Amino acid sequence: MQNNKSGVLESVSRRRKNKGKLNLIMDRQKQSKSESLNNKDTAECACSIVEAEDFSFYYGSTMGVKNITMEVFPCSVTAIIGPSGCGKSTFLRAINRINDLIPNTRIEGTLLVNGHDIYAKKTNLVNLRQQVGMVFQKPNPFPKSIFDNIAYGPRLQGTTKGSKLQQIVEESLKAAALWEEVKDDLRKSALALSGGQQQRLCIARALATRPSVLLMDEPCSALDPIATGKIEDLIEQLKSDYTIVIVTHNMQQAARVSERTAFFCLGELIEYDFTPKIFRNPGKKQTEDYITGRFG
Amino acid sequence: MNGTKLILTRGQATGLNRPLALTPGQDLKGYVASLLGRAVLFLITCTSVLAVLLIFFFVCREALPFLSKISLSEFLINTEWYPEADNARFGALALIAGSVYVTIAALVFSVPVGILSAVFLSDIVSFRIRAFVKPVIELLAAIPSVAYGFFAVLVLAPWMQNKFGFSTGTNALNASLILAVMALPTIVSVAEDSISALGPELREASYSLGATRFETIFRVVIPAAHSGIIAAIILGMMRAVGETMVVWMASGNAAQIPRPWWDISQSVRTITATIAGEMGETPKETPHYWALFALGVLLLILTFSLNVVSEFFLSRAKRALGKQ
Repeated sequence: MQNNKSGVLESVSRRRKNKGKLNLIMDRQKQSKSESLNNKDTAECACSIVEAEDFSFYYGSTMGVKNITMEVFPCSVTAIIGPSGCGKSTFLRAINRINDLIPNTRIEGTLLVNGHDIYAKKTNLVNLRQQVGMVFQKPNPFPKSIFDNIAYGPRLQGTTKGSKLQQIVEESLKAAALWEEVKDDLRKSALALSGGQQQRLCIARALATRPSVLLMDEPCSALDPIATGKIEDLIEQLKSDYTIVIVTHNMQQAARVSERTAFFCLGELIEYDFTPKIFRNPGKKQTEDYITGRFG
Repeated sequence: MNGTKLILTRGQATGLNRPLALTPGQDLKGYVASLLGRAVLFLITCTSVLAVLLIFFFVCREALPFLSKISLSEFLINTEWYPEADNARFGALALIAGSVYVTIAALVFSVPVGILSAVFLSDIVSFRIRAFVKPVIELLAAIPSVAYGFFAVLVLAPWMQNKFGFSTGTNALNASLILAVMALPTIVSVAEDSISALGPELREASYSLGATRFETIFRVVIPAAHSGIIAAIILGMMRAVGETMVVWMASGNAAQIPRPWWDISQSVRTITATIAGEMGETPKETPHYWALFALGVLLLILTFSLNVVSEFFLSRAKRALGKQ
């Protein structure tokens, strides 16, 4: 990642040929399903795992985000900050096309995930969403047992063997730092857990499909400070294995957990750079105003 | 503002110049008014509760003499219903069987159709089409049952007789098909409400894990809304059990248990149709008259228990939603 330090924005148009890094990503995606998304043209595409080029998203005639051009790099945490209604969540939700559920939406430009234009007609949405997992603002466990919540994704992938599922559930819960708290009652309803536990369960559930990218849409906004701390620790642990994009209202949180920060305002990307730079020495006046609380 | 006198003057916050304590007169007036209001509203509310209790009371009172004449076991087990014969027989089993038969057959048709329509309306079709289709389905409930009966007798019955060679067109199949259509609006409406009430969160969670729409509907949406769906089915069942006019016109009114039991093309007779058909020609204070009231009690118990069960599932559905 050393060669990217010269400035993220300029590097967008450049095609990198950092093959060593790419192999590292490919190695992590061992599951066979990933092959359809990691198709051949990925080979010459380089380091960024998510790449937006002049990407715009519209709800009917209302603009969600406009002309976003940015890259997200693997095995790091990218934070998206900005005032309410600025399109942070819209952009995040566009990355795994969960916004498709909203009728009358329209996009312009391209959004590449692992080099594949995900808004192309021939996109395998199932594979996309299993490899680009999502954690939502409000914990949304299914009204099923803890075990069945985690096993939901693997079962969709066709894993039905009990021992295999057991192993996936255990590994996912351990990765989400929830195993110790729930290992004795996996058959209990997920709704009986506390809010913070439910959110970690949702993270574990997302990890169970073995994603590469984890999208987090204000994952701590419904949680108290202690639960928030646990989730942030978890993000810290996960970033060595996953690419994390996190939308947050909490600027301290962005500063604490992320390597890079993107500042969105009124649907546009104002500034995108390394987090310390954004918070200590922002390049744009608008960013500085927002960071220092003089916004508006 | 210059020249006009201000109504809201500045500095009001510093002093409250109207008294905060009630005078004895005001106090009494308020007390009496609230007491009167409560009493009037209580009485008005009581009329419907009272109506239920009185109906129960009178039906039971008229049915009681019957129990002293004929044993309960004969009433419930015997299949011979010959109330006007010299050696009158009051075996209601064939009628009970007729009601159960027609109701269950109606549910077999209407439950899959109703639930799939509800899912289609809530999860698949666009909001504009749903806003049009749902009221139309609910309009089915507004068609008077005698109109359904006409359709059953004049259209469905001859068609069945000619097409399938049934010995009679007015039979259990005919009645249950019509009942199924009549139960549909209830099932679709209640089930759709409970499925829509789930909100987008669970659906998004499912899609984000790579589920298709089919998997989301059958593995998450329907299981999560099952309480509401069961309530919808039971409410539809109550509609079918209590329906009188259509079954009277369409079922053929033969007090018999079909033989073999699964032969849906034979005529049956239900409890409701029996009461409606015979009550007018039965002299008061005769065993036949009391027997009809005993049938009424049976029907009341049936619908009341269904109502209790549906209330249970509806409240459970509400609680499940509150938890999320």
